[in-house]
Amino acid sequence: MYRSWPRYAASTVLARRAPGLVTAGLAPLRLVQRPAPRAPGPGWARLRPRLAGICGSDLALLAGATSTYFAGLVSFPFTPGHEIVADLLDDADDLPAGTRVVVDPALACAPRGLEPCPACRGGARQRCAHVVAGHLAPGLQTGYCTDTGGGWGARLVAHRSQLHPVPDDLPDAAAVLIEPFACAIHAVQSGVAAAAASARSVLVVGAGTLGLLTILALRLLGRAEHILVAARHPRQRERALALGASQVVEPAAAVAAVRRRVGAHRLDPELGQPFLLDGVDLSFACAGSASSLDLALRTTRAGGRVVLAGLPPGRGVDLAPLWFRELELIGAYAAASGFATALDVARRVPLADLLSAVYPLGRWREALDHALDAGRLGAVRVAFDPRAEA
Amino acid sequence: MHRPGLVLEVDERTPPLVVHAGEGFLIERFPLGTRVLYPPDPLPALPDVDAAIQEALLHPLESGPLPALLRPGMRLTIAFDDISLPLPPMRPPDVRGRVIEHVLELAAAAGVDDVRLIAATSLHRRLSPAELREMLGERVFRSFWPEALGSHDAEDPCNLVCIGRTECNEVLELNRRAAESDLLVYVNINLVPMDGGHKSVPVGLSSYRSLRHHHNVPTLLRSRSYMDPPHSALHQSTERMGRLLANALRVFTIETTLDNRTFPPPLEFLNTREWEWSLRDQVALVGARQAALRAPAAVRHRVFQNLRAPYGVTSVQAGATDAVHARTLATLHRQQLVDVQGQADVLVAGVPYLGPYNVNSIMNPILVYCTGLGYLFNMYRGGQPLVRRGGTLILFHPVPWAFDRVRHPSYIDFFDEVLAETTNPADIEARFEERYATDDWYRHLYRTGYAYHGVHPFYMWYWGAHARQHLGQVIFVGADRRSVARLGFRTASTLGDALEMASDSVGRSPRITYLHAPPLVLANVRPDPDSDPERDG
Repeated sequence: MYRSWPRYAASTVLARRAPGLVTAGLAPLRLVQRPAPRAPGPGWARLRPRLAGICGSDLALLAGATSTYFAGLVSFPFTPGHEIVADLLDDADDLPAGTRVVVDPALACAPRGLEPCPACRGGARQRCAHVVAGHLAPGLQTGYCTDTGGGWGARLVAHRSQLHPVPDDLPDAAAVLIEPFACAIHAVQSGVAAAAASARSVLVVGAGTLGLLTILALRLLGRAEHILVAARHPRQRERALALGASQVVEPAAAVAAVRRRVGAHRLDPELGQPFLLDGVDLSFACAGSASSLDLALRTTRAGGRVVLAGLPPGRGVDLAPLWFRELELIGAYAAASGFATALDVARRVPLADLLSAVYPLGRWREALDHALDAGRLGAVRVAFDPRAEA
Repeated sequence: MHRPGLVLEVDERTPPLVVHAGEGFLIERFPLGTRVLYPPDPLPALPDVDAAIQEALLHPLESGPLPALLRPGMRLTIAFDDISLPLPPMRPPDVRGRVIEHVLELAAAAGVDDVRLIAATSLHRRLSPAELREMLGERVFRSFWPEALGSHDAEDPCNLVCIGRTECNEVLELNRRAAESDLLVYVNINLVPMDGGHKSVPVGLSSYRSLRHHHNVPTLLRSRSYMDPPHSALHQSTERMGRLLANALRVFTIETTLDNRTFPPPLEFLNTREWEWSLRDQVALVGARQAALRAPAAVRHRVFQNLRAPYGVTSVQAGATDAVHARTLATLHRQQLVDVQGQADVLVAGVPYLGPYNVNSIMNPILVYCTGLGYLFNMYRGGQPLVRRGGTLILFHPVPWAFDRVRHPSYIDFFDEVLAETTNPADIEARFEERYATDDWYRHLYRTGYAYHGVHPFYMWYWGAHARQHLGQVIFVGADRRSVARLGFRTASTLGDALEMASDSVGRSPRITYLHAPPLVLANVRPDPDSDPERDG
């Protein structure tokens, strides 16, 4: 992926109207032969990806739907891909070459060769204050940094602090979903931390990969009596129910469904969207769209908590409910401490079922088209197998 | 000369027949042998309605004259039916307004100052000022609105009083103003035999706490039909409540009946039988059909909702409730009853654009269901439905997935949530009714907006419970498949397709009865000596 403001602007305008243009050449993405990245220092090792997922944040970037806020947090050109299961090609401290690992993509103080900042010292590496410093180029994560490579390539490098060995009996198809599952776990842990005792009703907006994994995490970690899911596509709704949702509705019916659940008063302004004066205790915006966050804000009870789990939209959210209902809006950006839990429970949950298709890198246009239309096509996660021939 | 009702048997000379289907109508050719039920011709209208009203008030049945019941310093409450009756609304002046004018004149002459007018809306929506004005006339409206004229509020605990319990332990809770009056005058329009009598006060001025004793699935399954009060458990319950009420409150009942001139010009041909249409009628038919087909939906809706029926008043009777209602029912039967020999395998009916609960509103799928499986199916008396047990009901209506957010908010949720899970009335009653009935938002909208009560869609569903239990299948012709599937039924494109679909259960030569309504027709189904006596199970 390379820097091109004209393409970014064109994608912003055209991608929504003609998604096919994104992979037809509009997005600043090319398949090229590049020198393999080199380990920048001690503790680093080379990796050969086995599978690398196509995340919603990757697609948003390609479609020009990402906030310009992130422009300073990446370094071009970079190889995308941060959901990775890979083989170690070198020893990485205690991990011998050949170990199968998953990668925590956050590029915090340790990978950058810096003394830990207060956030890293506290274990919250996703909040690192040094993501543009040290001996690496700027990059919030592997997959956005020009020095590390990414999962959508034949090689990448990663620091020991980023690596988590994969149990032998966990297939690659499940392992490649460990990173998004860890993100979902982190989001749920963030969401229920303060509201654990009272979060009986929960709304999950979106039932793509992150939404589905959030449902799974809620069932594993939360105490919600009722999990309502707003999902756009029929297959998503089926999967959400199978993974533990109490009720699944279309997004347009979500306000009514929450209202019925909690007996809230509903208001329909002459202009604008309906909202509730009461609502769920806790909501998760997992779709990475303005409408998903908007829906969560309009259906969460006064004083409730809204977790922004998906990539935030660049624009277009009405924050009036946040102010008027005195909501608590928190972000849950990365996997953080969720990796350990995700690996711990991975064998007990049907992660592999969520990997819908695998493509070689040579068929990247088809893969991205598939991922862009995954919901409608009944797919969940689409991944690359960089080892495979086109 | 007034002609009685008619059962026509379709033969080669029978022209295509009108079938109502929402905001429009079809011209349908029925299979040979189909029996078509037509109501009697309009009864002669009273030549002088005011004189008839005066006569009824001064010489009531089993009661002293109204003037003798009025005295200075008394509390007088006048309650009246809401706009769910008649259908379509009556061309002004509404007979209720005329009756009330007479009552008010007598009250004024007697020196009664404390007078309150209450629309007996029960759990129906409040009436708007414009609706009250149309119903009562400008003079009454201006004199009483808003301080002394309004709609009953069944969710105002301060405005309800418990009258007591019947011998069957049914609670009767009533509008406090009415209950604490020295005299309650009730004014109605008795459109169908279900209405009136003791159903007026104990239903129209009561609350959910009382209604739940008879507006429930078991009671309605034992009401065969609720258009036939002697065979209706619903009416037996309201009669018990009426008897209880009689010990606590003096009620002076005034009931009126109308003829069946249902459609005004240029649609008046819909009041008559097809083979009697003049050339002018046929031209009007073609014009009306084309207009209905081509007009934008909003225009069509407005035109239909603005229809006002040119009814004639056929009777006014006043006095003791039971005596009055007996006479009312006799007149109604003369206007609507037709004798039918034996049951059919297939009953066909067209659901018109209007039912009791969508005046100035949208007939949503639940109301279509209620009109078809509730009111039309139950238009029988004598214990036998028009169609045999396990038979097929074919209904014409487009059943659009459309709702009125203001008037029917709980219907939307009922359709989205309840029917998505189950269509079984007993299951619905057990699992969902209480929550909807006590939902604070619905209560708020009912009290302050123009919404039907949260529990109202449940009653609509229960209204069709008897039909659901009795019928083998229900097929909608020309309907939105999604809506009908949500209701739990199937759709067909044409009557022929519907009969083909029904042939699995009723065979290829079923006995078909077409209920040609509106104008309304009530069937008196007599056993068919040629058929199996167990036909109806």
